[in-house]
Amino acid sequence: MRKHTMGLLAMAAASTLVLSACGSAEVGGEPDGGGTATAGGDGGGDGITIGIKYDQPGLGLQDGAEYTGFDVDVARYVANELGYSEDQITFKETPSANREAMLQNGDVDMIFATYSITDDRKEVIDFAGPYFIAGQDLLVAADNTDITGPEDLEGKNLCSVTGSTSAEKIKTDYAEGVQLLERPGYAECVTALSAGQVDAVTTDDIILAGLAAANGDGNLKVVGAPFSEEQYGVGLPKDSDQCEAINEAITKMIDDGAWEEAVATNTEGADYTPNADLNPPKPADCA
Amino acid sequence: MNDYLSGLGALLEQYDVLGAFWTNIQLTFWGALFALVIGTMLALMRISPIASLRWAGATYVNVFRNTPLTIIMTFLVLAVWTQLQVSLAADFNSNFFRLAVIGLAVYHAAFVCESIRSGVNTVPLGQAEAARAIGLSFLPAAQLVILPQAFRGAIAPLGNTLIALLKNSTVAAAASVSWETASTMKTMLEFNADYRWEIFALFAIGYVILVIPIGLLTTWLSQRLAVKR
Repeated sequence: MRKHTMGLLAMAAASTLVLSACGSAEVGGEPDGGGTATAGGDGGGDGITIGIKYDQPGLGLQDGAEYTGFDVDVARYVANELGYSEDQITFKETPSANREAMLQNGDVDMIFATYSITDDRKEVIDFAGPYFIAGQDLLVAADNTDITGPEDLEGKNLCSVTGSTSAEKIKTDYAEGVQLLERPGYAECVTALSAGQVDAVTTDDIILAGLAAANGDGNLKVVGAPFSEEQYGVGLPKDSDQCEAINEAITKMIDDGAWEEAVATNTEGADYTPNADLNPPKPADCA
Repeated sequence: MNDYLSGLGALLEQYDVLGAFWTNIQLTFWGALFALVIGTMLALMRISPIASLRWAGATYVNVFRNTPLTIIMTFLVLAVWTQLQVSLAADFNSNFFRLAVIGLAVYHAAFVCESIRSGVNTVPLGQAEAARAIGLSFLPAAQLVILPQAFRGAIAPLGNTLIALLKNSTVAAAASVSWETASTMKTMLEFNADYRWEIFALFAIGYVILVIPIGLLTTWLSQRLAVKR
């Protein structure tokens, strides 16, 4: 009997190990499967690992072995300016809730993932940039004319992503009677919008523009009245010495027109222009 | 140190952690209630003398026991609600709450059924034969003789199912119940990563506090109510 119990315990322990191995493999993302980077390429292993989103069309999207989007374009430009060639860059997925931890653990060297600069986050990590200033906006059906701003959402149905405060903000500041649907990803919000179960999707305007460009077939539009200010920065580990160099690279990208081109190509077909009063931004001084 | 404590206090003020736990308790309560009803009917089907009912019960158990709960929840919201447009309430929050309760109930009913069946196995065959001998047909025999003893024998496995149900209630996030614990924790981690160990510990301890009494209670009940043979 005792032997039997021990056997069961050993089995439980073994399965726990297997399960945790699964877990870490998932968090670790793509150590070798991710297309552009091969460490053996030029003899040295000193590449750079950049954290991006994998599921946001127009900003950071994994498409087979390719990575596309505005965040990815800025990341590539900055990495080139820092002296890394294309095949020295490894992209890794950094989900919103894991970003600080992945910087602190050294899983990634820097993060370009719609990462808003906030004081709470500055407590644990450093930011370079901002390289873009987004604003919260609404995505609606192209033939919708009665929603022109957040105040019109009274009694309407709204979708946003779990863990984002943008939906709550509309509820507390603009339209108390709004009904909220929260989904794990923006793509599911777009599905609900296309099916007519929600009237609008809310998050930062450039994300919405990317969604409209990728999914809408012209059936969706961004309302175009941003009502908040989100400064997208480059996440760096605390006390990083790269902030100045990254800011110079961002300034150069804006000056030589590559920034504007990146915005245009990644939101093509969405009839979107970034808020001209705030963009292109001027990177803030490094702390 | 004072900064640290006031930061933590502000965090607890900003997010309704107790309310989140209360949501999970409510999900567990309703989920367990419906799972018990469906599961008991399934167990009756599986021990009935009618072959087609036995087959239907076994099929249900095998299908739902082997389908991940996340998939059931996502199916309910994306297929049943979004595409088929079936609404259980005009109000979004109650609609998603009810969808999540249905998901929890149909999934755990399979486990409840198997727990009760294991309880039925603790009832000696002589009991069923004696019931038959005094002229009871299947349903009265099950209701008056078999099930009362089977439930007493099934308390420990039913308790395990209840504990699993409580923890699985966090999967309601997949059914858009975004004010429950798992989603609240994720939101807190995203915006207050400076306190991430404390946030994680808070929710882990919260669940330990909820689960331990259930375990103690079911162990005590299963000993106290066991049929002494």
